[in-house]
Amino acid sequence: MTVIDAPPAQVPDELTPQRGRWHRVRPFLPLVALVVLAILPYSTMSLPGIFEGPVNSPGTLQLLAICLIFGGLAAGYDLLFGRTGMLSFGHALYFAAGVYGTDILITRAGLPLWQAALLTITGGTILAALLGAVALRTVGIAFAMVTLAFAQVGAILVARDFGGLTGGEEGLPLDVSGLPAGLVGVTNTVNLYWLALAYLTLVVFVVHRVSGSPTGRVLAGLRDDERRIGVLGLDPYRYKLVAFTLAGGLASAGGVVYVLIVGGASPHITSSELTLSLLVMVVLGGPGTRWGPVLGGVLYMYLDHRLTAFGTSDAVDSLPAVLSHPLSQPLFVLGTVFILAVYFFPGGLTSLAPRIAHLTRSLRPRPPR
Amino acid sequence: MGTVILLALTGLGLAALYFLVASGLSLVFGLADVLNFAHGLFLGVGAYGTWWAAGNLPGAGSDGFGFVFAVAFGVAAGTLVAILVELVLIRPLYSRTIEQVLVTVGLSLAGVALLQATWGADARPFPRPDWTRQVTGILGAQVPNGGLLLIIAAVLVLGAILAFLRWTRYGLVIRAGVENREMVTALGIDVRKAFTLVFAIGGAAAALAGALGGVYFGTVSPGQGGSLLIFAFIVVVIGGMGSVVGSAYAAVVVGLVQQFVNYYGTSGLGDICVVGLLAVVLLLRPQGIAGKVATA
Repeated sequence: MTVIDAPPAQVPDELTPQRGRWHRVRPFLPLVALVVLAILPYSTMSLPGIFEGPVNSPGTLQLLAICLIFGGLAAGYDLLFGRTGMLSFGHALYFAAGVYGTDILITRAGLPLWQAALLTITGGTILAALLGAVALRTVGIAFAMVTLAFAQVGAILVARDFGGLTGGEEGLPLDVSGLPAGLVGVTNTVNLYWLALAYLTLVVFVVHRVSGSPTGRVLAGLRDDERRIGVLGLDPYRYKLVAFTLAGGLASAGGVVYVLIVGGASPHITSSELTLSLLVMVVLGGPGTRWGPVLGGVLYMYLDHRLTAFGTSDAVDSLPAVLSHPLSQPLFVLGTVFILAVYFFPGGLTSLAPRIAHLTRSLRPRPPR
Repeated sequence: MGTVILLALTGLGLAALYFLVASGLSLVFGLADVLNFAHGLFLGVGAYGTWWAAGNLPGAGSDGFGFVFAVAFGVAAGTLVAILVELVLIRPLYSRTIEQVLVTVGLSLAGVALLQATWGADARPFPRPDWTRQVTGILGAQVPNGGLLLIIAAVLVLGAILAFLRWTRYGLVIRAGVENREMVTALGIDVRKAFTLVFAIGGAAAALAGALGGVYFGTVSPGQGGSLLIFAFIVVVIGGMGSVVGSAYAAVVVGLVQQFVNYYGTSGLGDICVVGLLAVVLLLRPQGIAGKVATA
């Protein structure tokens, strides 16, 4: 199966970053970023134009938390798309299973949070294993269509509201009376933010460990040449099922955190559009890289929220209608950027750094001989 | 008895709509290996083109010959968009399947958002001739005329596509290309021209589906194409990719199953049965009813 420019095993010499002052610090950068993100809520800094209100205001923290969740979701989806080369169009199903599962178990069945979360994540993982076992009988585009169809069943089940469980089109607000006090209320948004950060860290850690393990090498092999893996005596089906199940489990865990942050479930998260946006996030960020999908996810959700505000701002309104109407649609802007990215930046955001470094090096004046 | 006939005919109406969308998808996939997510956009362009023409274009209207003219305008718009998409966006990515899918995904997001930006997210009442609102009595069943119109249109399109594939030189090239593209290229025939042609045919059929679907549902909204598209995908997979006749059979099966189960079972159960049908077909016969084996 073909996949967008898989990262080459050997980076050409001229692209390897020269050992600068910072090369000793580089391995610790993720840790530094984590610490910065963790203490961010203590800052009262105000960044006009980037966020409305100071960084530690509940609105900003909630936006950041949602961005982090989607960063984690995109990283989990990349385990399928970027690292194993499986084009699944049904990833929204497992996320929605996490969201609706938790919501229904807490609101309708009255379970405490930890039981609901545990049951939901287990259920979501089993669901992914079962559906994956059927869907993986097919490969390539047929696999994409089958996963799409399965996810559509989820969307129909939620929208038609069988048994009055899901609340149909209205969605299902979360009953917060049984939740721990620290997770309820506007003043406690910061705890939800930390929860989202923990989720993102968990996903990045798991994906990193899996892709570094022998299993991860088999997955990369499946992406590059599935037949060769078969010839080596390994069963592609099993490895793909493991990746599919793991990604499904991670997505449903994301759903558990998401429902706490948003305070309810709404049917739009079951739509195939959510899977499509996950795909957009991964491709924009850089498939098969450690930080690309996370960056892509965070940036996509941020832009999706902020472009709505940007679209109604005076600067856009003063433009002629031909320009201002499309620009007020976040999806139009993101879709266009995505198409441009597929053409001009096949490696996504993470491929930009080496490209720019290459460019500046070739522009730098040569020392006189 | 009346109920059964009514359900059968409305099911066939639905099947006609699926077929119009799926026939183009199936040909495009069979020939060019492009899973075209932007197909729903062509449908939307056809629907909005017809809607716009009926209100704004001189000579076009919501009745009689004016309506035919409006539909023709919508179909022309859809065809034009399809050709442009193929020439500008798909062709440069020739034989890079995944990237082509990604581009059509981006296009479907951006295109629907553009329709929404121009004409608003709400459904608009669709201009339709008065006789399509009425019903015809067939064997004791009162069948809406809009559905019958769809069935007739789909049969005509099926006949036209089959005749085109069977008796023209380009039809021969397309059939041969679906069978074995490398061989056709090796014989010195430019398959890419056939790609553009197939996109044009698919775009025209989808735009027609958009216009007549507008008549059938009575409204037009930007998201209409997307929900139809998923069932069209299912029809394509069940029918076998690249086979127009297979798509027709599969569309009839899917439309009838959906309509009957939704009526006799719970609402929504029919849609789920269709997905179940897809799973069964894929497990027993992965190449579909009448298609080549669907591989990457």
